[in-house]
Amino acid sequence: MGKPGMTGNRALLGYVVAYIFFLYLPVALIPLFSFNDSIQAAFPLKGFTLDWYRTLAETPAIRAALMNSVSIAITAAAIATFCATAIAYLDVFPRPRLSRPVAMLARLPILIPGVIVGIAMLILVNLAGLGPSRPAIVMGHILICLPAAVSVIRARMVAIPRSLAEVESDLGASDLTVFRRAILPLAWSAVASAFTLSFLTSFDEFIVAYFLAGTDITLPLYIWSQLRFPKSLPVVMALGSLILLTSILLAVVAELLRRRTRL
Amino acid sequence: MRLRLSANDGAGFRFVMSVPGIAATFGLALFALALVLLLAFRRNDGGLVIGPLTLSNFTGIFSDPLYAIIMLRSLWIAGLVTLATVVTAYPIAWYLAFQAGRWRGLVLFLVTLPFWTSYLLRVFAWKIVLAYNGVLNSALMSLGIWDKPSSALLNNPAAVVVTLAHAYAPFAILPIFVALQTIPRSLLEVSSDLGASRAQVFARIVLPLSMPGVLAGALVVFVPTLGDYVTPALVGGPGSIMIGNQIQAQFGKANDWPFGAALAVSTMLVILAAVLLIRQADRRWGSRA
Repeated sequence: MGKPGMTGNRALLGYVVAYIFFLYLPVALIPLFSFNDSIQAAFPLKGFTLDWYRTLAETPAIRAALMNSVSIAITAAAIATFCATAIAYLDVFPRPRLSRPVAMLARLPILIPGVIVGIAMLILVNLAGLGPSRPAIVMGHILICLPAAVSVIRARMVAIPRSLAEVESDLGASDLTVFRRAILPLAWSAVASAFTLSFLTSFDEFIVAYFLAGTDITLPLYIWSQLRFPKSLPVVMALGSLILLTSILLAVVAELLRRRTRL
Repeated sequence: MRLRLSANDGAGFRFVMSVPGIAATFGLALFALALVLLLAFRRNDGGLVIGPLTLSNFTGIFSDPLYAIIMLRSLWIAGLVTLATVVTAYPIAWYLAFQAGRWRGLVLFLVTLPFWTSYLLRVFAWKIVLAYNGVLNSALMSLGIWDKPSSALLNNPAAVVVTLAHAYAPFAILPIFVALQTIPRSLLEVSSDLGASRAQVFARIVLPLSMPGVLAGALVVFVPTLGDYVTPALVGGPGSIMIGNQIQAQFGKANDWPFGAALAVSTMLVILAAVLLIRQADRRWGSRA
């Protein structure tokens, strides 16, 4: 629009600031109350304490859940990123017959609510005789992570000039060599960013994991189990604050990687 | 000779590269969904997939008005959440596309960051805000607006709508922003040079051209909201049970997996209908021809 009025611009800017404020306000309460010296999450604040974090460090169940979450997230993110790289590569470069339907199916989980992904995987792992377990959660999380991972890596590979791959194969390089020497190095930061985003998705995921957890629960499942007890509320908020902090740090890393992709 | 050799070795490499994708999509996703479909036609007799088929789960769903009510309620709540997120996201996407300038990167990052933080915690935060002894009540009391806390804030469908709209807010921004960004600036300048008012430019050019983004954003919010069971359970109370809670209950307490699978299949059919409807709308109002 040629020259929009200044008042309109100001109003829009005000709206953007208010929107971001509204987006962060409820979430910001969690760290706030995690330092509050009261069992109730209510104003006025009572006083500063680190007790809840101390309790947190002394609860072995939390450490076990954290270890589970990390190992599940690393495994699921690694497998999802590996699959996504192969899917994106085939869909962009050699384009064999099945590559299109595979690339489309990989993004299908966006159209399926988490609860249905959860029960579908539950039926599958029971049929396979595996039952709810850590590998079951990993399988569910691979599906959840796949759409974003494929999109991120595919977007980067599309930007690689096709002539590059063609020149290399004209010079006698095999597909494998072109992939290893040219495409993978150029797409590397997108692969890393897909891994980080997948890790975050799996690490925070609750809806699918709820159906697939056996005796080894993840951190979000631990939080869910504690939400019923008002007494453990402050400790849950201390745990939540640490998870928020970790997620934000990882998201910043992923964003920086993504920006390097652009340049 | 060289050509044939490299073609052969390319085929081998392609085969190896296609294994993980086919395993994850056909082997994992499609196979698991097929199992849900099969189970939906089974009796609850302990056997998972082997045994006689029946339509009784679906007749059960259609004969009990409870499921129609819950499905309609889910559609209503998901529809309201979708409307709220898209309408509130549109100005943000507009700002990002046309006015953000050097702030674009930062604002884009700030609005997508909550997307990567725990969904469970974002929902839980609203429970703290709306609870009887929660933040909103204590704030209103200390400001002297209310003299005693109200329990009416939590455990109703409105709390579910607000919480879900907040949790899914950033989802709608990205697709609308992408759609707005592809509109040529010259088109807007020409129309205002030709005497179109700002409202006319918006209604006749910008909105129709950004419609694919709006519809894509609507879909990304609508699907997960429709099947959500965490938010109704945490902030909704008994009057806000959604279809996701029903599916979850069949695979938990009620322990009737085939019936739960039939509910899941019905939900997918409703989503499919919504997708087709949105496609139709996209063709009518969103076409760029």
